[in-house]
Amino acid sequence: MTNWTHHLLILPILLPVMVGAAMIPIDERNRMAKGVLGFVSTLALFILSMVLLRIASTDTTLAGNGVYQLGNWPAPFGIVLVLDRLSALMLCLTSGLALAAQAYSIARWHTAGHHFHSLFQLLIAGLNGSFLTGDLFNLFVFFEIMLAASYGLLLHGSGPLRVKAGLHYVAINLAASSLFLIGVSLIYGATGTLNMADLSVKLATLSPNDRQMVEVGAGVLGVAFLVKAGMWPLSFWLPTAYSAATPPVAAVFAILTKVGIYVILRLSLLVFGVGAGASAGFGQPVLLAGGLLTIAFGAIGVLASQAMGRLAAYSVLVSSGTLLAAIGLGHAGMIAGALFYLVSSTLTIAAFFLLIELVERGRDAGADVLAVTMEAYGDADEDEEEEEVGSPIPGTMAILGLCFCLCALLLAGLPPLSGFVAKFAILGGLFGLSGQQTAPAVSVADWTYVTLLIISGLAAMIAMNRVGIRTFWASIENTVPRVVVIEITPVVVLLSTCIFLSVQAGPIMHYMQATADSLMNPAGYTERVLTAPRAGG
Amino acid sequence: MEIILAAAIGVLTASGVYLLLRPRTYQVIIGLSLLSYAVNLFIFGMGRLRVNAPPVLEPGGVGDLSRFTDPVPQALVLTAIVIGFAMTALFLVVLLASRGFTGTDHVDGREQRHD
Repeated sequence: MTNWTHHLLILPILLPVMVGAAMIPIDERNRMAKGVLGFVSTLALFILSMVLLRIASTDTTLAGNGVYQLGNWPAPFGIVLVLDRLSALMLCLTSGLALAAQAYSIARWHTAGHHFHSLFQLLIAGLNGSFLTGDLFNLFVFFEIMLAASYGLLLHGSGPLRVKAGLHYVAINLAASSLFLIGVSLIYGATGTLNMADLSVKLATLSPNDRQMVEVGAGVLGVAFLVKAGMWPLSFWLPTAYSAATPPVAAVFAILTKVGIYVILRLSLLVFGVGAGASAGFGQPVLLAGGLLTIAFGAIGVLASQAMGRLAAYSVLVSSGTLLAAIGLGHAGMIAGALFYLVSSTLTIAAFFLLIELVERGRDAGADVLAVTMEAYGDADEDEEEEEVGSPIPGTMAILGLCFCLCALLLAGLPPLSGFVAKFAILGGLFGLSGQQTAPAVSVADWTYVTLLIISGLAAMIAMNRVGIRTFWASIENTVPRVVVIEITPVVVLLSTCIFLSVQAGPIMHYMQATADSLMNPAGYTERVLTAPRAGG
Repeated sequence: MEIILAAAIGVLTASGVYLLLRPRTYQVIIGLSLLSYAVNLFIFGMGRLRVNAPPVLEPGGVGDLSRFTDPVPQALVLTAIVIGFAMTALFLVVLLASRGFTGTDHVDGREQRHD
């Protein structure tokens, strides 16, 4: 990398922060200008992450590449930003999702409150920072930026339901942040370092007492991330919060749970990977059990949901559980499939969150309530007339129905779409189909995982069928919802990306495999970080 | 001194967790504040307790590590205090909004039935 491309690494954080800050003084009446500015900035970010993805997939073998030393201090002392295949992938996913959600919000939802676009940019900055940083405490700071913006976004649109969900959301995340700090400081107290790469090197040389303290710290830290990822006993806040959020916010929240997953994946493979001696594989039984329970809980929730918003929120839990259990099983071959699943499921759930509001717009309030309990619910009086922008699309119901079908196929993991490819890749890795010579022994836990994964797909299929029939076929007095082009386009684009993922599954799986390989061999990562030369010297 | 600090952290955490689990929003916010004080002290403690050892080099002094305390946890505490304070302020706003919408300070937005 030449000098100027080196600085590209800080831009995914700097750009949204500056754009977000610049928007604050602009009057709220110029909301459209803010929206366009935000959209352009996110588009630039998307292109930038594509460039970074390219750099990460070709150029990171040399020492010092893809490592950005803030303040030009070398690694264990200063804070570093690290680009590798995984972080580049997450950056792309973030900016792609944000682009869709932002375009969607311009049609009407950004009018529901103040400073929507500023908060949105800050959320992106926090997300990007969390994915790029190579320092534990810096991770805390970016995590808090992300959370602070997400509090504001969850409350966007106000109303009793959102404020109640927001209150719980803020409280549980503040408590989780305390755990985060306790974990980080325990780790610092035992090892004297906060740099993830340095930590993974030092862990092998620690005395048993210090090692125990690091494990305690990592456990406490893990709980904080598992709250975010929505592992079973820590996830009761999630369905309420996600279904209460406005659709574009819920769509971008789909990646918030993945931040927790990302950090757990990163730390468990980097710090507690093969080189960790006695601590190798620390926490994996917990991740496995928690993940399996989360899939079960999510699948039951999906079946029990009457409102589509809750159905989508429980799908988030199923997705989290699938990933956590895959990490917990610890088979090397599964990681690539899990990463593919992460991308595919995030895009699907985001598209579904956006679609729900469009579909429900034309329906009777309470039509999603089962006939038995219908009387118990009154008509929700939410018929606020809101100013809409753009022209309505023709054949609305046909397009919405088609998108809904695609969502159902993707969520359930049926062929030919990427949901199926992802699950197939995970299970293929589990049974050793991915080119390994000796098939690993398949244990009881593996079989439980396979069963739950398939049952959760079935649950999603049943639930989506039920909701779809009630929405598109069984309702007589439906008015056709007024949907404008700019609202349906993001949904279509997100779903087309999933189709693209299925068509191009070969090259993409190749990238995921390379990512997984580099994650399984953290020595390359640590060496790159710790031997990075200082700029200008 | 260790026992005093440990006891202080313990008492703060215990009270914080107890209040966090109470049903009134005001109790929750006080609980969160106490919890964050406990966490801040804990971070400070992780730099080991040293009496009369400054965290910065003195001008003209000798840079001997045994005479100084670890400055990193103190910097971390500063950051944690700022962020914790901002979050508490934000939580207050949400609390007031919730009170305004529901007319009650119960965390679930409605009183529990006692019959």
